[in-house]
Amino acid sequence: MPIIEVQNLVKKFGSFVANDNLTFSVDAGEIYGFLGANGAGKTTAMKILCGLSAPTSGKVMVAGYDVSHQSEMVKKRIGYMSQRFSLFDDLSVWENFQFFGGIYGLPSAKIKQRTSELLGRLGLESEKKQLLGSLPLGWKQKLAFSVAIIHEPYIVFLDEPTGGVDPITRRQFWEIIYETANQGITVFVTTHYMDEAEYCNRISIMADGKIVALDTPANLKIKYNAANIEEVFLKIARS
Amino acid sequence: MKGFIIKEFYHIFRDFRSMIVLFGMPVVQVLLFGFALSTEVKNAPVAIIDHSNDQVTRAITSKLLSSGFFILSDEVHGEDHIEEVFRHGKVKEVIIFESNFASNLEKDRQAAIQVIADASDPNTANLLVNYTSAIVADYQQEYMKGLSLPVAITTESQMMYNPALKSVFMFVPGVITILLMLITAMMTSISIAREKEMGTMEILLVSPMRPMQIIAGKVIPYVLLAFANAVTILLLSYFVLGMPVKGSLLLMLAESLLFIVMALSLGIFISTVSKSQQMAMMLSMFALMLPTILLSGFIFPIENMPLPLQLISNIMPPRWFIIIVKSIMIKGLGFQYIWKETLIIAGMTLFFIALSVKKFKIRLE
Repeated sequence: MPIIEVQNLVKKFGSFVANDNLTFSVDAGEIYGFLGANGAGKTTAMKILCGLSAPTSGKVMVAGYDVSHQSEMVKKRIGYMSQRFSLFDDLSVWENFQFFGGIYGLPSAKIKQRTSELLGRLGLESEKKQLLGSLPLGWKQKLAFSVAIIHEPYIVFLDEPTGGVDPITRRQFWEIIYETANQGITVFVTTHYMDEAEYCNRISIMADGKIVALDTPANLKIKYNAANIEEVFLKIARS
Repeated sequence: MKGFIIKEFYHIFRDFRSMIVLFGMPVVQVLLFGFALSTEVKNAPVAIIDHSNDQVTRAITSKLLSSGFFILSDEVHGEDHIEEVFRHGKVKEVIIFESNFASNLEKDRQAAIQVIADASDPNTANLLVNYTSAIVADYQQEYMKGLSLPVAITTESQMMYNPALKSVFMFVPGVITILLMLITAMMTSISIAREKEMGTMEILLVSPMRPMQIIAGKVIPYVLLAFANAVTILLLSYFVLGMPVKGSLLLMLAESLLFIVMALSLGIFISTVSKSQQMAMMLSMFALMLPTILLSGFIFPIENMPLPLQLISNIMPPRWFIIIVKSIMIKGLGFQYIWKETLIIAGMTLFFIALSVKKFKIRLE
């Protein structure tokens, strides 16, 4: 059963068409890679899915609700991690969890339980009282991801979550993503690292506001006769 | 919502610069304006040339010298020496009584005092001349009382309400205005801009919180802090500078709250048009602070401005608030005298709120 359903999504800014008739769906529990060159329209589409922006036309259903007039319902059921690191540096780890749990309306007992769960998974329980600004970037990224799923959303949107992070941390980050997907949370991720695209269940590649390819990484490699996704991406970008 | 406010307080209390702006500045400003920037003149050396030397001139002289503003410097013998003593800088002002002063006053009901001030320092000269004429006018009134004759003595309205001519009384309303403006407008616009710059605003917007809740969560702490500041300034000006609130304290606090909300909506508006903390800071500095200081009538009297600037000063919210504060604190007037100014500020508040709500919606699109 699809958890995200997009039909004929069009988004125009004046005469500029940012999203040109997108149609795709994401299944529950899937890791869906949303790829495309800069300016291809990824961010615009993602904003619409998160209820931050209204589509010009077309139907967008997220977690069973229509984003154009039920965005409040959608927002309760999704988590979001932006490409810029986005927790508060001048709050401690615990205060960040408490704050974000609070804005999703979690009761404080639930926040405590989720925080120790998530920190335990990252092995960062001893850093609970530390100010976030004093932690290395890799840790912060993992914490930001944990915060994005503190309210156990149906879907988590990750906008280039691993930008500027070293390969080992990236690897660990993807392990956490897998774990999350195994718990039944759908992961919708954009990335510029093509090796990361290989980890996804399915990927779509956007160019000029359109989705030009959508399939499993393995099928795409066969279709485009390529050794890896990077080659697929370059072939699409050049054509 | 509660969590939001707590978080905002963490931001403020953990940022050294915010703390300085919020708590150091009010104290420093009030004390600076109260003491260092005082335009008051005390113990100015004067010379008196008394051609008459009768009981009236002696009475006026002793009244002048006992006022505390003047001390008698070396005597000057004749008008020929006036320029000489001015040149040496020994005296700031020379007061000359005409001959037969008392008898002139009795017979012709008028007598002349000539006041010559050293205008190389125009402010001081102006003040001294004002002090002198106020004191003389005061004497004249006493003198006329005994004769029960109709008198028409005009003094400047400033002195009517501020007989001690304390400059503190002129500055405190301006300082309150500037500080409230600065703290609320600048701090809110910067803190919202910071949230945008750090990318945390995006996360908040994706959350189920409504934009209005987010904004309210951001600004409520600043309302509380600015209000606490207004109270601090009033306490400081009362206990340190000896300036009482003559009118209703409650009305004063209510008007302050209204002005805080106005400054706040202005701050929100600034943050909706600026992309970064720097830009918010620059906008608040140049679009708010300078006009507040220069055009609100705080330092330069509005009546002295060229007409275009007078017109511009009408759209400066601080201008109206300064009038309100002066009316309540110095003149002790009630709400019926300041409802017009209050209405203007309330109108501006609504205008800025409407504008920022519109801007905020556009940005979300």
